[in-house]
Amino acid sequence: MRKYVPKDNVQGKSYYTDRFWVAPRVPRTAVEEGSHFASVVEAMGAFVKEAYVEIGQLVIHIDATQNLEAMRLLKEQCGYTQCSEQSAVDYLAQDGEFELFYQLLNITQAARVRVVCRIKKGEAIESIVSLYKSANFAEREIFDMFGIKINNHPFLKRIIMPDDWEGHPLLKTYPLHGDEFASWYEVDKIFGKEYRDIIGPENRDQSRIDRYDTKRFSRVGYEVPFGADISEGEKENPIEYSETVLVDYNKDAGKELAERK
Amino acid sequence: MAQHQVNYASAAGLPIALTSVDKLVNWGRSNSLWPLTYGLACCAIEMMASGASRYDFDRMGTIFRASPRQADVMILAGTLSKKHSEFARRLYDQMTEPKWVISMGSCANTGGMFNTYATVQGVDRIIPVDIYLPGCAPRPETLQYALMMLQKKIRRESADMNKNTKQNLRLV
Repeated sequence: MRKYVPKDNVQGKSYYTDRFWVAPRVPRTAVEEGSHFASVVEAMGAFVKEAYVEIGQLVIHIDATQNLEAMRLLKEQCGYTQCSEQSAVDYLAQDGEFELFYQLLNITQAARVRVVCRIKKGEAIESIVSLYKSANFAEREIFDMFGIKINNHPFLKRIIMPDDWEGHPLLKTYPLHGDEFASWYEVDKIFGKEYRDIIGPENRDQSRIDRYDTKRFSRVGYEVPFGADISEGEKENPIEYSETVLVDYNKDAGKELAERK
Repeated sequence: MAQHQVNYASAAGLPIALTSVDKLVNWGRSNSLWPLTYGLACCAIEMMASGASRYDFDRMGTIFRASPRQADVMILAGTLSKKHSEFARRLYDQMTEPKWVISMGSCANTGGMFNTYATVQGVDRIIPVDIYLPGCAPRPETLQYALMMLQKKIRRESADMNKNTKQNLRLV
């Protein structure tokens, strides 16, 4: 029997997961004889471990240690002069590896190639900044988000998260709501650790509504001072308009139409 | 403020208006609220629209200032990321007393839809907030209403800021 999971408070969770969901896969086709992609695969020669076409894009799997030579060949001999995207995928749980990919564009052929390689946890990869300038920020992002070291990068430093951040947020093991360091980051940084007790933990329950919490919200037209006790109900607090010389904006002076003309 | 109008007939022909220090000071403070030009995300677009000619905050004496030294209201308009929280607090510290804070929009109030590791879950974790303004993003009318509420609050306060109730964070 399947383990029973209570479904009554689905809204309380930050996202809904379908137990029967299967990730869709796009079909892979072999590289057509005589096409542009066939010539690319032929030029790549021994670099290619596996090659196929996915949604009109050539995907080439290579060895991670040969990435710089393979990219140089693609750039100089096959005309892939632009590196539009570069990132990694965390497959540590299922394979113990990261998958790194480079998305390349050939403008004259209007063709795209994705170069894919895999590295083990803790392994570094060679930087391709010497070939593609756009790789500079992308590789810093890989380092920031996954903790993958990039050899011979000119300025390998965190790019999105703060410099003193702990952990790499795009790892599958990193919790969405942050670890302990993340949840107290701003408090520790601004006030110091001893202020944790005063400020208190973060409220992560999005569905929490407290009718009598006047520290966060108040009803329009029934505003009360911060933190006032309204368990007995609150008084009406009508909108006040400033008095001007020419026009009286107050309601009692205005004319109200009771019925349609 | 009608009670300060000079009625020459009743005041024995003298140009005299009687009031209290609190009322006079608060009249000045509430009618010259200078917010800091400080946008964090999409709420800032609504804040800019509020300052422009259609909603025209200038008529309420609300003029956006480009320096925290010249501002007395901080409108936190948008998502405050944890990386930026340090700088938001620094800007708040650089503002001169008396100062007030409006938290504009869901993200600034509670973190909003960004229930993630990188977003501050409500700016009141680092800065004491006077007015919370709901909406995603709030319409300019809502921001205008919030400013009017803030004016109302200031008029109720004492001119001596030390006498006003403060949240514990302001004393940091």
